[in-house]
Amino acid sequence: MGTIIMKRINTGYYIREGVSSIFTHSLMSFGSVVIITACLIIMGCFSLLAINVNAIIEDFEDENVILAYIDENRSEDEARALKSQIEALPNVTTAVFMSRADAWKSFIGKYKDQSRFENIDESVFRHRFSIYVDDVGRMGQTQIDVTGVPGVIKVNANLTIANGFVTVRNIVSGVSIVMIAILLIVSLFIMSNTIKLGTFDRREEIAIMKMVGATNGFIRWPFVFEGFILGVVGSLIAFIAQWGIYAAVTGRLMGNISVGFITTIPFSHVAVPLFLAFVAIGFAVGVVGSGVAIRKYMKV
Amino acid sequence: MVRLTDVKKEYANGAKALKYVSFELNSGEFAFLVGPSGSGKSTIIKLLTGEIAPTEGTVSVNGYDVGSLPLRQMPYLRRTIGTIFQDYRLIQKKTVYENVALAMRAVGATNKRIRERTNFVLNLVGLDTKSKATPLELSGGEMQRVAIARALVNDPQLIIADEPTGNLDPPRSLEILMLLKKINELGTTVLVVTHEKSLVDRLSQRVIAIDGGRIIGDGMNGYYNYEED
Ligand SMILES: Nc1ncnc2c1ncn2[C@@H]1O[C@H](COP(=O)(O)OP(=O)(O)OP(=O)(O)O)[C@@H](O)[C@H]1O
Ligand SMILES: [Mg+2]
Repeated sequence: MGTIIMKRINTGYYIREGVSSIFTHSLMSFGSVVIITACLIIMGCFSLLAINVNAIIEDFEDENVILAYIDENRSEDEARALKSQIEALPNVTTAVFMSRADAWKSFIGKYKDQSRFENIDESVFRHRFSIYVDDVGRMGQTQIDVTGVPGVIKVNANLTIANGFVTVRNIVSGVSIVMIAILLIVSLFIMSNTIKLGTFDRREEIAIMKMVGATNGFIRWPFVFEGFILGVVGSLIAFIAQWGIYAAVTGRLMGNISVGFITTIPFSHVAVPLFLAFVAIGFAVGVVGSGVAIRKYMKV
Repeated sequence: MVRLTDVKKEYANGAKALKYVSFELNSGEFAFLVGPSGSGKSTIIKLLTGEIAPTEGTVSVNGYDVGSLPLRQMPYLRRTIGTIFQDYRLIQKKTVYENVALAMRAVGATNKRIRERTNFVLNLVGLDTKSKATPLELSGGEMQRVAIARALVNDPQLIIADEPTGNLDPPRSLEILMLLKKINELGTTVLVVTHEKSLVDRLSQRVIAIDGGRIIGDGMNGYYNYEED
């Protein structure tokens, strides 16, 4: 009980000290909030772009199947029985069976003038599986695996398109990760410099606190709170701004017929994770930045 | 309780500040530490508070072996010591009350306890009416009394003062020394570094004299048996 009361009192003190330091360096504090906000927005744009590109690619991927044709000497039941064997292969999510008759119907169904096919017999078609994969990047290997299943005599897969998707996705993710890393470092640097200014101003105060027997934790907390408040304020502003920017950009895209085939993810779907990520980054940048800033005062 | 045993201190630049110094200060004692400029007085103070470590020998303060104390333990040693300096070391933008209360906040005391004890020590040093003033609104003597109140507030076993009267006129200096003597009479061990020959003689207490990093006198016979050049 005693410790709980003690903690609460100290928290009040830490927050008061942290807030007062923010206003003592109001210009620098304002600057660091602006920089953190800007960094978060840029990070957010890259993340949202990556997420959308991924979603679009996933849509395409769903249509990108491997077709496996079955030996015509096998009966329909024998062919159907291969399903479990194919689905057991790594990277295969489902294998959908299509019988010779269905394949024929689906083929002629594509054409209006069905009289042209009167003399085509369904026997020229084979039983087949449409195989859906987990990761198109491993489609080549999956194709080889499927070929190895006894009874499969021919496998069709569009590896060029699959590899294209993988390349686009890798580039977008890679660029996003690099940008996010750079911006994280930039915001950390800015944050730690803002707090450093505060610690420099208060170096005598820090020495006095050491003299009276304050622990490093006690000395550190006000600065951590300062960083925490700056970081979280920056992240809240960034979140609201990001919302506006995203709504504006996706609105434009949707309204534009030439890119009408692109469907963007609604902001509401990404709002919660984005919000949590922003606050977490703001918090981490604030706390780590202040930790770095006061490190040198902790060694006496 | 303070005990220095064969303490040698050589600074990083090679300056030999102390050459095998040994002395003891018993619980409840009052002593002056005197000596010319550069003789090693502040070095002794810094050794006692753990600000620097001895090159050789041992420094023991209130049961802590200061020289080998891990950094994490240092705050706990310092809570048993009240430290006072010539330049007061007050936080200018905080009130007298907050300056004193800070020392208690630092050790995690409750608000109620902080209020009671801070008002008590401010009263003891005669500054109860100035608790809302900031250091800039005080005289030198008053600022030093705030520093004394802060040193006292956590009820330390030992008070050490490095030239506490260095910036004060003689009447103010006497006041401060008398206050420290009064605190000693209330049970705290006190060690005072000073140059004030006449004041030292007036209080007739134990005097430890140091010169060139060596103890050259230690006794009750006033301002030392050695001549300042
Ligand atoms: N941080 C330091 N680095 C190097 N040498 C130092 C350092 N501090 C003190 N010294 C040297 O150690 C010796 C003792 O210094 P100290 O400060 O203990 O003297 P003092 O007795 O307190 O003098 P004063 O009366 O002028 O305050 C001096 O020669 C001084 O130059
Ligand atoms: Mg000195």
